[in-house]
Amino acid sequence: MRRVRSLILCGMALFAATGAIAQEVVERLGPETADQTLVIRSTTDIAVFRPVVALFLEARPDLRVHYEQWGSNDLHRLSRADCRARRPGADVVISSGVHQMVQLVNEACAAAYVSRETERLPAALKWRDELWGITREPAVIVYNRELVPDADIPRTRFDLLDLLRPADSAYAGRVATYDIEQSGLGYLFAFSDAREATTFGALQESFGRTGAVSTCCSADLIKGVAEGRYLIAYNVLGSYAQSVQRQDDRVGMILPSDYTLVLSRALMVPRHAENGEGATEFLDFLLSGAGRRALRDALLISPVLDREEGGEGEGVSPTVLRPIGLSPSLLVALDKHTRETFMRRWRATFPGE
Amino acid sequence: MASRVHGASASSLTARVALGVALLLVIGGVIVAAAAFAYGREGARSAYDRLLLGAASDIASAITVQDGKPVLDLPVSAFELLALAPDDRIGYRIIGPDGATLTGYDEIALPSGRRGTRNGFFDGDFFGEPARFAVVSKRFAERTFTGTVVVVVGQTLRARTEMAYDITRKALYVLAASGLAMALLAAVVVRAVFRPLNAIAAGLTSRDPHDLTPLDTSVPRETAVMIQALNGFMARLDRQMGTMRHLISDTAHQLRTPVAALRAQADLFAEETDPGRRERIASRLQARSTSLGHLLDQLLSQALVIHRGDAARRERIDLRAIALDVFEEGDHAVLYPQAEIALDLGNRPVEILGDEPSLKEAVKNLLSNALKHGRPPVRMGTTLDAGRASIWVLDAGCGPDAETLAGLGKRFAGPSQSRQSSSGLGLAIAHSVAGSFGGELVLSAAEGGFRAALTFPAVLPTPAGDAE
Repeated sequence: MRRVRSLILCGMALFAATGAIAQEVVERLGPETADQTLVIRSTTDIAVFRPVVALFLEARPDLRVHYEQWGSNDLHRLSRADCRARRPGADVVISSGVHQMVQLVNEACAAAYVSRETERLPAALKWRDELWGITREPAVIVYNRELVPDADIPRTRFDLLDLLRPADSAYAGRVATYDIEQSGLGYLFAFSDAREATTFGALQESFGRTGAVSTCCSADLIKGVAEGRYLIAYNVLGSYAQSVQRQDDRVGMILPSDYTLVLSRALMVPRHAENGEGATEFLDFLLSGAGRRALRDALLISPVLDREEGGEGEGVSPTVLRPIGLSPSLLVALDKHTRETFMRRWRATFPGE
Repeated sequence: MASRVHGASASSLTARVALGVALLLVIGGVIVAAAAFAYGREGARSAYDRLLLGAASDIASAITVQDGKPVLDLPVSAFELLALAPDDRIGYRIIGPDGATLTGYDEIALPSGRRGTRNGFFDGDFFGEPARFAVVSKRFAERTFTGTVVVVVGQTLRARTEMAYDITRKALYVLAASGLAMALLAAVVVRAVFRPLNAIAAGLTSRDPHDLTPLDTSVPRETAVMIQALNGFMARLDRQMGTMRHLISDTAHQLRTPVAALRAQADLFAEETDPGRRERIASRLQARSTSLGHLLDQLLSQALVIHRGDAARRERIDLRAIALDVFEEGDHAVLYPQAEIALDLGNRPVEILGDEPSLKEAVKNLLSNALKHGRPPVRMGTTLDAGRASIWVLDAGCGPDAETLAGLGKRFAGPSQSRQSSSGLGLAIAHSVAGSFGGELVLSAAEGGFRAALTFPAVLPTPAGDAE
């Protein structure tokens, strides 16, 4: 994914006052002459999202999109600062850190919108008509096909625990996961895991004991696995894993069959957005049949979760899916105290990082 | 508009009932809606306040002390509890003993008036939206940490409002249903109430015009009043028609004989050539026609009396004034110029409820009977005795014999008696006048002669004693 960066300007200085943070990538899509601009700030890699935006723009010659790609924590910080300062920033904010989006909505940063498309969303994928879940992506275990023998492929978290249990385990120091301090998504997955089952406590303990690695982002994790630096990566976003898997035979992907977290990237329209109309149009497009097809093609609505289309054969029973619903209870994840406690435990696990 | 409504309600009982029911429903509806909304709001408030309190207590109980510091692992269950109001934003703030925020939103301000550590609820504001907050405090008395930690948990009001509206809406559905039921019931009741009226109307319509027999009174009590009034009215009509019929047949009967006699005399007169006889016939003709005129007078006065007896208004009348008037008008003086009449009137008023012309007519008849059939001296007077007021005529004769007297009584009672003589007619008039005003005609032998008296229930004189 990093190669995308080479194509595009990088590290542009922010026009916002929050100079310490910067977007990763900026790209302009659509005709330069268009009189309307839609500013999208997203955690989604532009390479993945570009076809979706391009399809949206096809029918709208008078609109162009200013796309900024951000890390989830930075995006959260910036959006919150914009909201507090009542300053128009993005027209659309899309983040995989849905707990951060829930917090933004909770702090009255989002504009409400209701349409036929949003009405069709299940209740778990929207909150207050201000936040909508637009994708469906599983958190998967990624492994290196060449270095991990078939017998060792962890189908569940218990398998992973078993792999790490022997004192002389070959996987010691070769298992990676998100650095939850750097990645909002990683924190959300870890937090959801902790809520979901006690297994995660044991897993965390195992990670700590075997000297597992934590790193910043999906791309790093997957690349590390492909290159053999890591044998297994835990809690990787399935959409990225799958897109790499299509080009790179070395990468294998497992949906844990004890339970699989399913993330829906959340979209909101900031209250002070300048082009709110374009934003809601974009939302309606994403929720429409065409938009959903484009998202599926971009693997953002994961085909492995679709039983109807389940050509992959890796499809899982819906009962093991644990969607991370858009609910105010995600606020707990962002509580300062709780986060500190959680982080303290995490740091004890990964003292080296 | 108002006048049209008034007009409609005046013209139709159904419209009145409909208007009444509609008013009742509208006013009731407004009251019930207001009450339901108040109740709904109160219900929603208490329900969601408990939710808040539960969440706050949940959070408070999760606070522990580690290394001399309060440590909090925010319980997800508390937030899941709060998420039962799925669309409401959640605010919370945990305040340490020094007043500093341990975690949560600094923006939530405790109301300044309250003592910070007291548990309870307050209304506030959360990022520009009205919200309700619960306060729960937890005291610590550890070796390393002493003091009170205050947990404030709040929520915006969407779910509460929604619930209040929901309760109100449901109450209004129930109200609408019961309103409909009431309207239907009212329609049924109105129909049921008016059924007897319709039956009466149908009965009256299909009646023979001459049928004045009473209507069936086996109807609801409320309509019975009307039926009774109707029956009373018809009875009066029947009585009047009866008397008119009698009057006409009597009159025809009474006039036929004298008119026939007159014609016979007139024929005789035309055929007679002897002047002496013609003279006698002529004088007989004169006498007959005079007597016929007299009879006619009486018949007409009887008609008058009978008419007034039922129709005229009753007034307070002093019988002494009647006696005096009859005496002063002096009709008798024309017929019986030689007669002498003595008046016997007391000092005190003798008052009854009656009709002056009818009474006068009756007394005149009694007087002329006495003058015609009795023996002088004739006396006329009034007495007031044991609540009975009487006006009487007394003559020195012995009156008709007992058989005639009995016959007279029978004749008044029977409806279709022929009255051959004008004296019988006079007594009939007196009798019916007495009957009209609740009195009676008393014919009796008195000391020194025969007495014909009309006695009535006396009316006590007014305190002022307006004698004349």
